[in-house]
Amino acid sequence: MTLSATSHRARPQVPAVPGEPLLALRDVRMHFPAAGGTRAAPRTVKAVDGVSLTLHAGQTLGLVGESGCGKSTTARLIARLLEPTGGQILYRGVDIAHLSTRKLRPYRREIQLIFQDPVSSLNPRHTVGTIIGTALRTHRIVPPHREVARVQELLEIVGLDPDHHGRYPHEFSGGQRQRIGIARALAVRPKVIVADEPVSALDVSIQAQVMNLLEKLRREFGIAFVFIAHDLGVVRQFCDRVAVMYLGKVVESGSRDALYGTPMHPYAQALLSAAPNLATTRGAPPRARIRLVGDVPSPVDPPTGCRFRTRCWRAEDRCATTEPTLTPTAAGLNTACHFPERLDPSWLEVA
Amino acid sequence: MSYETSAHDEPYLVVRDLRVSFPTAAGPVEAVRGLSYSVPLGRTLAIVGESGSGKSVSSLAVMGLHDPRRTRVGGSVTLGGQEIVGAPESALRRVRGARAAMIFQDPLSALHPYFTVGDQIAEAYRAHHRVGRGPARARAAELLDRVGIPRPRARLDEYPHQFSGGMRQRVMIAMALANDPKLLIADEPTTALDVTVQAQILDLIGDLQQEFGSAVVFITHDLGVVSEVADDVLVMYAGRAVEYGTADQVLARPLHPYAWGLLESIPALTGDPVPLRPIPGLPPRLTDLPGGCAFHPRCGQRERVLHGRCASEAPDLAPRSSEQGRLSRCHLSHPELIFVQEILPRLP
Repeated sequence: MTLSATSHRARPQVPAVPGEPLLALRDVRMHFPAAGGTRAAPRTVKAVDGVSLTLHAGQTLGLVGESGCGKSTTARLIARLLEPTGGQILYRGVDIAHLSTRKLRPYRREIQLIFQDPVSSLNPRHTVGTIIGTALRTHRIVPPHREVARVQELLEIVGLDPDHHGRYPHEFSGGQRQRIGIARALAVRPKVIVADEPVSALDVSIQAQVMNLLEKLRREFGIAFVFIAHDLGVVRQFCDRVAVMYLGKVVESGSRDALYGTPMHPYAQALLSAAPNLATTRGAPPRARIRLVGDVPSPVDPPTGCRFRTRCWRAEDRCATTEPTLTPTAAGLNTACHFPERLDPSWLEVA
Repeated sequence: MSYETSAHDEPYLVVRDLRVSFPTAAGPVEAVRGLSYSVPLGRTLAIVGESGSGKSVSSLAVMGLHDPRRTRVGGSVTLGGQEIVGAPESALRRVRGARAAMIFQDPLSALHPYFTVGDQIAEAYRAHHRVGRGPARARAAELLDRVGIPRPRARLDEYPHQFSGGMRQRVMIAMALANDPKLLIADEPTTALDVTVQAQILDLIGDLQQEFGSAVVFITHDLGVVSEVADDVLVMYAGRAVEYGTADQVLARPLHPYAWGLLESIPALTGDPVPLRPIPGLPPRLTDLPGGCAFHPRCGQRERVLHGRCASEAPDLAPRSSEQGRLSRCHLSHPELIFVQEILPRLP
């Protein structure tokens, strides 16, 4: 049985619109209340502050950026674990940003989330069979008498022993627990999986195993992914398109090859230059060496104009007054910068 | 330094046949099973391995930090000629901080939340120097300045939570440097940090080493970080060293199939992406180690070794290449050839 098999009972279906992106975020904002404000002048943490993204069926979109850039909040908004304070989240053309819990139900099935820490996202008192079975039952995926068989099929798909459905999460290793989380997400036949740092807690050899599993799911079941990771190599391996976030905004986005090959935004360049590249030890040319100074400013009180300007070596007066918007700068690349510039590879020390 | 006692040709840190085991209800768990290495002043050794490989446990033994009531430590560790294994706590206290210092992955849990950063660094300094509060405070400010913390005098009176993750790691480094140690052990110091901050901290550790000429042991699971910091590399698996060489040698021409598997698991940032070829299976449990080579159940090369020796006979850590000083723990007879012909072309 495959994911495309029909269920035993009619479910509310999400209507499909041809040509429409599967998922589109339009100027989405998530401002959390912060301490120290007054009713007249409330203070907010602008975790996500005007993010627009699109995801087509079967595509993989990577979100990269450092702590506090808003990538995990964006993941939670897409899965509607959070209700945005502004903007639209369009799933097949329907705005799900403010839907009630009841109306969200069909969307919850189609958009699944997998987390970084499989331990805290699996109930320690439930067997794996119960954990996955609950997902099957909640969304009435298979008739009750087929439940155990389906759980076993799912365990097999994610590379676990089907006979282990009676075991508890603590009886599995970290990588195996992540596979359980993936099986649970897969159980309800999602169209989109939002994966928030799914491999970053795993050892290198296990990380590659889980990456290959995700790749298999995308190939065999055509699932679209929003893939969040701080490891730039992992994102490059998995994603067709990549968006770089900084302090609640997308600063550059585009095709994988354009973004990794010729980034135009200074922050994207700094990020890539800071990531160690093993291929260099085997003769790949070394890249520009950019060292940012200082820390990321507070999202309560972000800098005016361009948010990166306080750490940017290309910043000029205009950057403090006018906020740059995402505009095409190179083939397949959109950049939010007043001074987009290709980095000269021979330029080995900047900033 | 006044306490320089090491013999002339002896490297500053020498670890010989180190064994660390923890008695449990199910019998002793051997976390480190006969580890030997040395680090001279001015060089950085990276110890690489995954969870449970023994990399952190062995380094705690170097600092004499294992509780003798719960841990059995055997073999020998000498720091500038002084034996650490079995030394009394009073002697260890004179060594820790002064001769050898350690920085950890998580500075927040290694710094005391109730004391100001200045007090904590000054205390570390006064533990080994008979000076008053004033000079110790001045020393703390000087150290904060040295590790790149802006406005050091003002920040002395702040508490750890007032610092960002990267700045906290700088505070830890400042504290470790308070007494000019000859050995610095850094246990995953950048794992919790963002990549741009990691780059800053790696640069700082490199600069400080150049300046002070100390020996550095850098523990990490990240081969990319190894390529940035290490002179020499020791790869550990299941409590043992499986490969040793210079960083260039181990990263560009590794000899051990486990090291090959690691390289095949790490996506590259340049070139055409190729499928990852992860090492199959899971690392062994320390309570239930396979016979022969501990890696053989996961090894793609074991068919190449005749008579099933990989399963029956544990290989020695021995020279297996024409290159001077390279060691590998594997029965394969021509690992260099296999690497160049079969592994290298398919690396990411």
